[in-house]
Parts: sequence; C-alpha cells; structure tokens
Amino acid sequence: MSKPDFVYVTYIRTTIDKLWEALTKPEFTRQYWFGIEQRSDWTKGASWQLVAQDGRVFDSGEIVEIEPKRRVVIAWHHQVYDEMRAEGPGQATYELEPVGEAVKLTITHSGGPKLIAGVSRGWPSILAGLKSLLETGRALDMPK
Amino acid sequence: MNISEFKPAIVYTIYIAATPERVWQALTSAEFSRQYFSGLAVELEAKVGGTFVMRAPDGSSHISGEVLEHEPPRKLTVTWNVNWPGLVEALGPTLVTYLIEPAGDVVRLTLLESHDRPLSDDILSGGRLGWPAFLSSLKSLLETGRAPTIQMQPPQRMLEALQQLGIKVPGR
Repeated sequence: MSKPDFVYVTYIRTTIDKLWEALTKPEFTRQYWFGIEQRSDWTKGASWQLVAQDGRVFDSGEIVEIEPKRRVVIAWHHQVYDEMRAEGPGQATYELEPVGEAVKLTITHSGGPKLIAGVSRGWPSILAGLKSLLETGRALDMPK
Repeated sequence: MNISEFKPAIVYTIYIAATPERVWQALTSAEFSRQYFSGLAVELEAKVGGTFVMRAPDGSSHISGEVLEHEPPRKLTVTWNVNWPGLVEALGPTLVTYLIEPAGDVVRLTLLESHDRPLSDDILSGGRLGWPAFLSSLKSLLETGRAPTIQMQPPQRMLEALQQLGIKVPGR
C-alpha cells in the first residue's frame, strides 16, 4: 500500500469504549468538531456524512471497512469547495489501540493535494478538542 | 552552524488550553519534563549560546546541545543530539524547534525536528513515535495536572538502522 498523505497520532487518557463513542456519536462530535456532526450507522457499506449545524454536508462517502472500537476506513469525498470536490474521494482511517492508561488514536488520510492541505490543518485542532473533552469534560475554545 | 541548511523532517502540532507562558515553562523546566518526557529532566541555560541537556534519571546526559533561538514564550530552537557513540558523526546534528502561538483562547504548539541531510524513514521512526506521545502527555499535564503513563520502547527498525550505520546503541 502506498504511504498515506497525512498521519496524526494522539494519546488520550480514556478507555477504548469512551473514545469510540466520542468518535462516532453526533452528540459528541458536535462538541469538538467545530459543531459538525459525523453521521453514519457505522456498518460496512453504510453512508457517512459530515454535516454542519446549518445543514450543509461538508463531506460524504461510505464506510469501506469497520472493526468496531478498533479501526474504521472511510471513503471521504469533500462536497462544499469546488476545487477540493473535483479531486474526487480520498480515504481516512481511524485506528484505536490501548497503550498503558491511554488509548493511541491514529488518523491517516489520503487524497488530492487540496483535501490533504485542508485536513492537515483540521485534524490537529479537532483531535486536540476531542482529547480535552475526554480528559477534562470540556473541548477547546478556538477559532475555526 | 547555519540553521537555514536544516529542513524539518517531522512536524507535529497540538493545541493546549494554557497560556504561552505555561507551555514555555512546561517545555523548559525539569519538574514538568520529568512527568511527560520519559522521566528526562530538561536543563536549559536561558540564552542564545547556552547549554541544553535532557538528563536521564541516573544523572547521565541523554541528549545535549546548544540554545540557538531563545524567544520566550514564543520560540525555542536547540541542537538536540542523542549521546550515543557515533550518532552525530553518522546522522549530523538534529535541531528541535518549539513554536508557541496563541489560537483563540488556547495555544498552538508546533514541534519541528530538522536535519541538514535526508534521513531514512527507519531513522525518523523514533521521532515519529516519540513526539506525539510526549506532547500528548504535556497537554494532559497542563490541562488535568497529570500526565498519563505511556510505555514506549524505541522502534526496532530505528535501532537496527542505527546499528547498521555503526552507531553504538546502549544495551545492544
């Protein structure tokens, strides 16, 4: 397999169960993902969407592979900005692995250069908010 | 040494709910670094040209270097040379830069590990494993008062690549 275009690793003091819930349930994602909900049934072949509070679908695709609480692969096609949309679908993988009293979360993302530039800015702040939410009960307050 | 000849090989960004001054303190004080950096105690002479050491719990100097850029609480660059016999001769010096920038009510901390020559993915695998763990722990420490215990061993592929370059890896 070719090397992914973007890799980000973070360690979160939580359990696999709580991290999986925070990654997949809209009421959690909204709190750390700039108000965006991730919507899916989280089964293989199911549709997947990132929906903003105003109802706009930012990205859509489907679940390519899933092993609940361990790994999910998402076909990820940006929808809002024409240049990014024209690049076609990319692919994101979330992997969870217990390490001591933390869980190692690895996000890899492949796709066109504009998508990768966008997600390279987005993921570190989204995952910092997720980590703060799980460890302190409060996500981060920062500009979008 | 000409800093402009060094290019970042590893870049890691993390956002922390803290002030720039607190992040600077956590990066430059032993009482903090011992908690999030595998027990290593940072010793920083706070001026350009000053000495920089990461001291192991047994008192030995594991990493040593020189302060190249010192702009509290915004930017710190040091030479970051692991004291394994033959390492600097084979890989050249390593530079580490921390950039601390306000982002809304929080701080964006960016780590850059830079080298003056291309290094293999095997060699870089140590930094790629270590930095996310250390800086995730630093964030936990500043936001919750406690760093999680994350057990880590240096990657096998890195140790093997270092040995092939004639670097003496302790314990092997």
